[in-house]
Amino acid sequence: MFIYSIKRILWLIPTIICVSFIIYALMDLAPGTVVDSMITSEMTKEDIAELRAQYDLDKPMVYRYGKYMLRLVQGDLGKSQVSGLSVWDLYTSRFPMTLRLALVSLCIGVAIALPLGIFAALHSGTIWDNLTTGIALIGISMPSFWTGLLLLFAFSYHIKIFPSGYNGTLASYVLPAVTSGFMMSASTTRQTRSAMLEVLRQDYLRTARAKGVSERMIIIKHALGNALIPIITQVGMMLAFSLAGSVVIETVFMWPGIGQLTIEAINRRDTPLACGGIILTLILFITMLLIVDLLYALVDPRIRAQFAPARRRKSA
Amino acid sequence: MNKKSSQTLISQKYDRKGLLSEIWQRIRTNPGAVLGMIVLCILMLTMLYGIFFISYEQVTKMNPLQRFKPPSAEHWFGTDEMGRDLFLRVIYGLRYSYSLAIGAVAMAFVIGTFFGSLAGFFGGRVDTIIMRTTDIMSSVPTILLGMVIVSVLGSSTLNLLLAIGITASPMFVRMSRASVLTVRGNEYVEAAQAIGMSNFRIVFTQALPNALSPLIVTLTSRMGTAILEIASLSFIGFGIKVPLPELGALVSSGRNFINPAPHITIFPGLFIVLTTFSFAMLGDGLRDALDPRLKK
Repeated sequence: MFIYSIKRILWLIPTIICVSFIIYALMDLAPGTVVDSMITSEMTKEDIAELRAQYDLDKPMVYRYGKYMLRLVQGDLGKSQVSGLSVWDLYTSRFPMTLRLALVSLCIGVAIALPLGIFAALHSGTIWDNLTTGIALIGISMPSFWTGLLLLFAFSYHIKIFPSGYNGTLASYVLPAVTSGFMMSASTTRQTRSAMLEVLRQDYLRTARAKGVSERMIIIKHALGNALIPIITQVGMMLAFSLAGSVVIETVFMWPGIGQLTIEAINRRDTPLACGGIILTLILFITMLLIVDLLYALVDPRIRAQFAPARRRKSA
Repeated sequence: MNKKSSQTLISQKYDRKGLLSEIWQRIRTNPGAVLGMIVLCILMLTMLYGIFFISYEQVTKMNPLQRFKPPSAEHWFGTDEMGRDLFLRVIYGLRYSYSLAIGAVAMAFVIGTFFGSLAGFFGGRVDTIIMRTTDIMSSVPTILLGMVIVSVLGSSTLNLLLAIGITASPMFVRMSRASVLTVRGNEYVEAAQAIGMSNFRIVFTQALPNALSPLIVTLTSRMGTAILEIASLSFIGFGIKVPLPELGALVSSGRNFINPAPHITIFPGLFIVLTTFSFAMLGDGLRDALDPRLKK
C-alpha cells in the first residue's frame, strides 16, 4: 500500500509536467509575443533582438517552459500584464472564493443525493424508484448555466429574495450553491442508488437479518457502510470537477473566483495570468483526483489487501 | 429425439443474428430507450428541416418593431432583443450543436478505439505507453482545454471539435482496451492466428467487433455530455459566437434580457435538456440491453 501510494504520488510529477507543458506550448503558440507592444519605430534591429533576448524569445520554447516551471515551484509566476500584481498572489486571493462555494455546493449535493439514492435503491423497481432516477437523469441533462439562469430569474428578479451576484453576504451563496449542488446531486444520486443496490444483494445482509438486526441498522450500518466507498469517490470527483469547471457557474453569478479570473485574463490577452491560472487549476485538479484514488484504496479493505505483502495474504 | 427436431434445435441455438438486430430486439422492450430514440429522431428531423428550409437570412433578419415579444401563434418561441424569431433561430442552431457533438464523439471513438484495441491486444510495452498517455490526457478537464484551444487558435468549429474530441477519447481507450482484453483469449482469436492472419487484421476484424457493445453504450451517453460541453463553452464565450444561433450562445445572449424576456433563455436551454436527456435515456437503455449478465 505504501509503495503503491509512493508510486502514484511520483507519477503525479510527469503528469503535471506533461500537462502543463501542453498548456504552456499552446499559449506560447498564440500569435504575437510579449515584446510586440514594446517595439517602437525608433528601435533598431539590435534593440529589438536585445529586447527579445531579455524575454528569452531567442531561445527554444522548452527553455522558457523550464524556467517557468522552476519559478512556479517557488510560487513566482510573473506579473499580470494588466494590473501588475503577482499572478500567484492574484490566484491565491481568489481561490478561497471558489473553494468555499464548492464546499457549500458539495454539502447541498450530498444532503440531497444520499437520502434520495438510498430511497430509490430500497424501493427499486417501483414507481418511486423510477421517479427518483428520472429526476436524477433530468438533473444530469440540464446545463448548469441554464439552471442557474432560471433560478436567478425566479429568485432574484421575479421574487427578490437573493442577490444576483456576490456581495459579501451569506445570501449570495444560496443561488450558486444550490445550482451546482443540484448538478452534483444528480449524478451522486445515481451512484448512491447503484452502490446500494449492489450491496443490498449481498449475503451478509441476509445473515444480519437472520441474526435479528433491525432493518434500520441493516440499512444504515451494514449496507450504507459498504456502499459508501464508491460514493466517496464520486463525491471527491465532483469536488475536483467543480473546482476545475467553476468557470461556468462563476460566469452566471459573477462570482469572483478563479474561473472568472482566468476568463478575464484570457479576454484581456493577459497571457501570464491566463497561463498561470490554468496551470495552477490543472495541478489542483490532478492532485485532487490522486487524493480521491488514494482515499479509495485507504477506505476499502479489499483494495488495501491487494497491496498487502504476499505472506499476509496467504494466511488470510 | 428424431433427427428433424434436433436439427431445428441446433439451428435455433446457433441462429446468428447480427449485433444490431440483437440490440434492437432488447431495446424495443425498454420504454425509456424507446422514448429516448423517438425524441432523438424527432429532433434530428427538426434539424434536417432547419438545414433544408430555413435560410441564414431568415434567422438574422432584424425587426425592431417586434422586440422581446413573448411566445405567440405567430412566433412560437417569441422574439429576441433584435426582433428575430426565436423558434427559427433555435431550429437553425440545432445543426451546430448536433454536428459538433457527433463529430467530436466520432473522432474520440475512432482515435480512442484504435489505440485502446492495440493496447489491449498487444499488451506489454505498447500497452504501457498508450495507457500512460491516456492517463495524462484524461487529467485535463474539457472546459479548460477548450478555453485554451479556442483562445489560442480562435473560435472555429474545428477547434471546438478538437478540444472536445481529444478530451473524450481517453474513455474510449480504456473501454476498448478492457473489452479487447476480455475477448483476446478466445478460441476464434487463436484460430485466426493459426490461419496466419496478421495481428492488425485480428484486432480489427476479430477482436474488436466482438467487444463492441460496451463501446456503443459509452458512445451514446458521451453524446449527451458532448452537447452539454459545447453549450457550456459557447455560453462562456469560447465556442460558436453569438450571431450564429448555437444553443449555448443563444442562452448566453438571452441572459442579459432575462428580466423582461425570460423566454429567450428558456427555449434554447430546453432543447439542450431534451437532447441530452434523450441520449442519457437511450444510453441507459442500451446499457441494460447489452449487459452480458442479463443475456438469456
